[in-house]
Amino acid sequence: MSKLLQTKGLGIQFGGLKAVDEFNFEIDKGDLYGLIGPNGAGKTTVFNLLTGVYKPTSGRIIYKGGSLVNKSPTAITQMGIARTFQNIRLFKNMTVLDNVKVGLHHSHPYNLATAIFRFLPSFSKSEAAMDEEARSLLRVFDLEEFADDKAVNLPYGQQRKLEIARALATAPQLLLLDEPAAGMNPAETEELMATIKMVREKFSVAILLIEHDMRLVMGICEKIAVLNFGTVLAFGTPEEIKNNPDVIAAYLGEEE
Amino acid sequence: MVKKILKSKTLGGFGLCIAVFIILNVLMMTKVLNSYWRGVAIVCCINIILAVSLNLATGYLGQLTLGHAGFMSVGAYTSAILSIHLGLKTSQSPVIFILCLLAGAIMATLIGLLIGIPILRLRGDYLCIATLAFNEIIRVVFVNLEITNGSKGLIGIPYMTNFLYVYIFMAITIYVVYALVNSRHGRAIISIREDEIASELAGIPVTYYKILAFVVSAFFAGLAGGLYAHYMTIIMPSTFDYNKSVEILVMVVLGGMGSLPGSIIAALLLTLIPELLIQFSQYRMLIYAIVLIAAMILKGSGAGERILSKLPFRKTKRIEVSGNE
Repeated sequence: MSKLLQTKGLGIQFGGLKAVDEFNFEIDKGDLYGLIGPNGAGKTTVFNLLTGVYKPTSGRIIYKGGSLVNKSPTAITQMGIARTFQNIRLFKNMTVLDNVKVGLHHSHPYNLATAIFRFLPSFSKSEAAMDEEARSLLRVFDLEEFADDKAVNLPYGQQRKLEIARALATAPQLLLLDEPAAGMNPAETEELMATIKMVREKFSVAILLIEHDMRLVMGICEKIAVLNFGTVLAFGTPEEIKNNPDVIAAYLGEEE
Repeated sequence: MVKKILKSKTLGGFGLCIAVFIILNVLMMTKVLNSYWRGVAIVCCINIILAVSLNLATGYLGQLTLGHAGFMSVGAYTSAILSIHLGLKTSQSPVIFILCLLAGAIMATLIGLLIGIPILRLRGDYLCIATLAFNEIIRVVFVNLEITNGSKGLIGIPYMTNFLYVYIFMAITIYVVYALVNSRHGRAIISIREDEIASELAGIPVTYYKILAFVVSAFFAGLAGGLYAHYMTIIMPSTFDYNKSVEILVMVVLGGMGSLPGSIIAALLLTLIPELLIQFSQYRMLIYAIVLIAAMILKGSGAGERILSKLPFRKTKRIEVSGNE
């Protein structure tokens, strides 16, 4: 039984620095996986490798039985891996609705001629379908009332949600969330945890998330991988990770 | 249904377009606008084509390019050489003339494709310099070719361009750019301007759309070049130097990156102001420069928007949005 995504001996070297080394990992359909580790451990680099932003210098990435190495970020996204970013990267001057519609781009492939002959029904039909789909996504995240506002005018928490909505618009099977709770207060984090759980149920996606907020990670992730200096320090359930002496040492330092 | 049609921006624009044409034509027929101003109107339309098409590459796609005059010259020379060799006469059927124009535009497109594929990998200043270099290379090529009659310029181009042609082609350009920008393709192009990496990771084929926008932009520049050549009847390589590229870029920047009405208005003003200042003779360019500087300073300050929002027909919805910050 092949997993949704597997990496084997994945690694990348920048000059002499091994940012990620021998990263072996697998995630199955419907998993909610946490990726934690101290700053600079290589967590975001793993995301960049998985989404094709960086080309690995060693190892393999197997997604649904096929290799992802040397595929462009665009192709990988279209195959069903979507992500959000550590520092929000919305299309700031586009409307909230259009941000989501960009995510819907490849699932509504009407061609250039249809765009030019916009007075014909095939154009309005496609656009109406996109509009409806984008709005229903916004509704899930309680963003519909902001649909015509510029994304940059949204409050911070809503921008985070919009980024998730845009990622979901690409119809992913695996969703990568890079520090979704960064900069959020406890109440917002609480709400975000509920949102993440809801997203997994409603869209039946596997979720891999990077997070520093231990309450969030321990609260919702079923499995956790701990990275340190580019290598995996430990795998396990939240309970196992909490009591793992290596993990405690990496986070708090060892007793002298 | 009727209400829907009235609301439709496309049809509204179409109606406005026809209304303006009729008004201008009546003014020309009643000699309120003499043949001199008719010429100015033609140049206005050509400049609008140039500004609107450059806006696609610079305003919507967000790539600062300084080679628009280069594409214009490719279109101008290609169509002019064709029409000279075909011995086109003013009285002849317009079909051949339009085919010559299209040939020029397609040539500009091909050149755009040829140089776009390598140079669109560059970003920001580097892309700007590369397009500037392209502009100069094209100019030097035309200076040295025999078929273009070198720096003396190509003469004896049949006078074919009239107000009807430029107006129709201008309307087509505006419509095509508008339709492109307001579709899924346009959203893809704008998303690249906003954040290239996020766009890639939202599944947008970034390279394809960069080249598409660049090439469409080159096509209409070539078209404008063809119209220009058959209006001036003489073209010289020096007409299409980087000053011309900068002039078009100024129109786009002044009108607002990614604003079609802005580009149109800026192209109109920047064509008309030097004509209106003609009585100041030698101070003309001085005043022109001051107007430009003043416009650039006032542009970001929101002065224009404040004035516009006082106009009765404009909805002032923007204020609500900015209120929640």
